[in-house]
Amino acid sequence: MSYISHADMGGAPSRGHVTPEPEGELFHAAWEPRVFAVTLAMGATGAWNLDMSRAARETLPDYGQLSYYAIWLAALQKLLQERGLVRPDEIARGHALHSFAPLPRRLATADVPAVLAKGSPTERSVAQPPRFAPGQIVRTRADAAAHHTRLPGYARGRRGRIEYVIGAHVFPDANAQGLGEDPQWLYTVVFDGGDLWGDAVPGLCVSIDAWEPYLEEA
Amino acid sequence: MDLRVRALETVLTEKGYIDPTALDALIDTYQTRIGPRNGARVIAKAWRDPAYREWLLRDATAAIASLGYGGRQGEHMRVVENTSDCHNLIVCTLCSCYPWPVLGLPPTWYKSAPYRSRVVKDPRGVLADFGVTLPEHVQFRVWDSTAELRYLVLPMPPPGSEDLDEEALAAMVTRDSMIGTGLPLAPPAAER
Repeated sequence: MSYISHADMGGAPSRGHVTPEPEGELFHAAWEPRVFAVTLAMGATGAWNLDMSRAARETLPDYGQLSYYAIWLAALQKLLQERGLVRPDEIARGHALHSFAPLPRRLATADVPAVLAKGSPTERSVAQPPRFAPGQIVRTRADAAAHHTRLPGYARGRRGRIEYVIGAHVFPDANAQGLGEDPQWLYTVVFDGGDLWGDAVPGLCVSIDAWEPYLEEA
Repeated sequence: MDLRVRALETVLTEKGYIDPTALDALIDTYQTRIGPRNGARVIAKAWRDPAYREWLLRDATAAIASLGYGGRQGEHMRVVENTSDCHNLIVCTLCSCYPWPVLGLPPTWYKSAPYRSRVVKDPRGVLADFGVTLPEHVQFRVWDSTAELRYLVLPMPPPGSEDLDEEALAAMVTRDSMIGTGLPLAPPAAER
């Protein structure tokens, strides 16, 4: 089954100009902060993880037509419905109509500061040492993944240089599929613009943070 | 949209999955407590205190935590320094990853297709959209936030800011200058 992310935008052609925005304009409609907060609160229940939530957003067929928080809302409804936590008739009626299972946690008001301050660190310890060292030349995997991944399309099958060994981190490709955290070494890999783009501007370098399974020796 | 969101909120509340007052607390946090003024304090301190600057570049997560900032979407931080030869820009081409504890929630343009598609290829063109022109010799480094490491740009202090204290310096630090799409403000002319 093919997996299509509509969110992988780096290097896509003709996307128009960037429109600057003053500081402090966080939301542009009354419903946006509610969607933001409901999404965070549902994330805190443990019903799904961050990588599942990113996968739900990027696979929305109308991703490109939706505003940012409309994407969040659509993905939230998708996650809820896939898990049977909310059914369409309940959203239509605006009330809980069916029996439902309790979730592992509920975000209490008093816990909000502590939960935000703690966050969700993704660094883990692993037994094996990192395969690559700073300065080493690597090549990124060329094939498209059949699942959520964090290797951008523009950086596939490219020659790059290991700049930093960041640490071992939760592997989103596995975590998004419910296969566990499967921590892998994570590296900052830097590319010369000329190795990414045929018409690169001189003096451009671009880096990504790439997990070890994305990389092979060049 | 308002009705649809309210309906969903009611269903989730009736099921006991969410507490509406916790939602209010979340929104209030990002509207009043966590925003780019946090990052501006980090940058101003780095401009004034060479030991702090060195710590910030070596272990950003700890150096930022020492000022009381950290946690969600800033669990793992790296600060990258602009020089007269190299200008840094931060992006997330895959979604909208952004260092919340120091910059708050991202502006609309940061999450938009034009920024995410163009900045990895044509940073000079993107800067032009912000009215920023850098000298021809300046090289560009774009950091695509593809993992859970969050980036913050340490801009160069504006000329004429040598005598300002940290609070006055922080007022020169704009949100965009910490993403790389802007430069710090010029200080007000010193009173004579």
